[in-house]
Amino acid sequence: MADDEQPAVTLDAFLAGQSNATSVRIEAGDDARLLLPHLDQLALIEVSFPTFRDGRGYSSARVLREGGYRGELRAAGDVLVDQVPLMRRCGFDSFAPEAEIDEATLAASLARYEQVYQPAADGRDPVWKLRHG
Amino acid sequence: MYRYDQYDRAIVDARVDEFRDQVTRRLAGTLTEDQFKPLRLMNGLYLQLHAYMLRIAVPYGTLNSRQMRMLAHIARKYDRDYGHFTTRQNLQFNWIKLEDAPDILAELATVEMHAIQTSGNCIRNISSDQYAGAAADEVADPRPWAELLRQWSTFHPEFSYLPRKFKIAVIAADEDRAAMRLHDIGIQLVERDGKLGGKIFVGGGMGRTPMIAPEIKDFVGAEDLLSYVEACLRVYNRYGRRDNIYKARIKILVHQIGAADYARQVEEEFALVKQLGIDPPVAELERITAMFAPPAFDIAASDTVDRSDPDFAVWLDQNVKPHKQAGYAIVNISLKPVGGIPGDASADQIDLMADLAERYSFDELRVTHAQNIVLPHVRKADLYAIWQQLTEAGLAEANLDLISDIIACPGLDYCSLANARSIPVAQKIATRFASPERQRDLGELKLKISGCINACGHHHAGHIGILGVDKKGTENYQLLLGGSGAEDVSLGKITGPGFDEDGIVDAIERVTDKYLATREQGERFLDTYRRVGFEPFKEAIYG
Repeated sequence: MADDEQPAVTLDAFLAGQSNATSVRIEAGDDARLLLPHLDQLALIEVSFPTFRDGRGYSSARVLREGGYRGELRAAGDVLVDQVPLMRRCGFDSFAPEAEIDEATLAASLARYEQVYQPAADGRDPVWKLRHG
Repeated sequence: MYRYDQYDRAIVDARVDEFRDQVTRRLAGTLTEDQFKPLRLMNGLYLQLHAYMLRIAVPYGTLNSRQMRMLAHIARKYDRDYGHFTTRQNLQFNWIKLEDAPDILAELATVEMHAIQTSGNCIRNISSDQYAGAAADEVADPRPWAELLRQWSTFHPEFSYLPRKFKIAVIAADEDRAAMRLHDIGIQLVERDGKLGGKIFVGGGMGRTPMIAPEIKDFVGAEDLLSYVEACLRVYNRYGRRDNIYKARIKILVHQIGAADYARQVEEEFALVKQLGIDPPVAELERITAMFAPPAFDIAASDTVDRSDPDFAVWLDQNVKPHKQAGYAIVNISLKPVGGIPGDASADQIDLMADLAERYSFDELRVTHAQNIVLPHVRKADLYAIWQQLTEAGLAEANLDLISDIIACPGLDYCSLANARSIPVAQKIATRFASPERQRDLGELKLKISGCINACGHHHAGHIGILGVDKKGTENYQLLLGGSGAEDVSLGKITGPGFDEDGIVDAIERVTDKYLATREQGERFLDTYRRVGFEPFKEAIYG
């Protein structure tokens, strides 16, 4: 967390009136769509991963990016190195893992797949686009 | 058949590299077993009772002779000379060493095979009709659609940590040979106004809470397919239960909110997702479809078969099915010899089937969900030669869809989840009903055995189903009647108190005796059961 960063407020608190906050934290079970009317004022949305098995945050990230959110989107919690490439594809651009991630493993992991089969939030062209232009 | 281009190849090669790295980190201890588990599962590697089990994907059950021979090679080099064909048209090896798994994947990749997403809480191998491209009753070959879904679902970034596993089947005929409505998503291709589209069913499944998938959309065109399925998955990923793994399948969500409400949510999501450009151009489906073009059939092939060998004629009538092309037939190779292990084949048998496919079936084989093998495109003139070679290899059992053509899970002989053994029960039943005449007299009778409530042996969908449970430390077998995984889909009903291993065989015989005494002209067991109901059979069983 950067020094000048405001602590993120919960989704409930944000919607209940602290709407001047610029950072919000959503839990795995929160409905990310509720933030869509407020995206312009947000600089950071933190999405919680209570365990690495809970994949709801991937959909939250897609919903936010598809809704036009351009600010920082952070995956926080039980975030493992093998998940970061998938999270990046879903639109996360910042990571706050509970346990340290090995830089070399992560670099290899991010460089591994030159092609992807499906479009996602990262703007990469899927192979069908490479095939057909 | 689908053939990889440079992109498919690069992705599968990258996967081998990735898994090798993950195994190295596990062996070095930087990944805990808890962290490694979902990674290895997404690559089909389970830790079973005695060893690792590796499940290899056979996309929509289709493979060529080169791929089949690779399976035989792996059986010899890394396992114990045999493999097990599964109810999801895959193949699994039971005695794999963790450190060998990356090398096995590298060998598989040389023949355009992999183990991607054959397990784990992700979208699994897409299954389909084993007679695709050969059956006269299909509106189109469903496999190009299945391949489109395979590519879309492979390493899908949003859907790799779903609440639970997710199974999709695609068929294209009214006769359902793939248990389509017992999948999380079942798609039946239909024609409307000269255009092909999918009728979509969501929320089927077996397991401890079996459900038949309701229809949620009558027609989705190819141009919308992936957006629509993406919407189906997103609703599930966001709202499927994660607090209890037994309630985490999509069937529970669809059941709890109702099919109409689920369908409405999917429509809302689809309206948004459709704007994202997820659907490939029509040219992509055309590219794939071209690879599934019918083989160069000999249009002058003779339609007559010499039936003078009576043993051959029996096999012909039972295991060979009509083909859409005159002069050709579909051959079913039973992997259910009486006394054998359902779905198992030795390395030599796998090689022999590969040879037959290469020589007689345009180099194609299929794996069926009933754990048999199909040679889809055989000239009728070659049937006798094929039968002779199958006979020599112990593969000519003439029991397709008869009582000894049993689906069985590996059970407590292998599986760490099982409560009871399945294989010995299958062997005892097949032995009790070994007489070919008796089996044929009983007619179509689909018997399915699961060694625990997870229902990998499809017991809910058996005309006769058996569920193995643990009763105070001893194996006990419950009997179910009246299920079906076909177009007349239904779920079996438990008859009452369970039996021990010999008792269940006796109970089944009382059921078949009752059927023989009650049936009317032309009725299958299931027809008689549906006509007279549960009670007469219950009375016959428990007296």
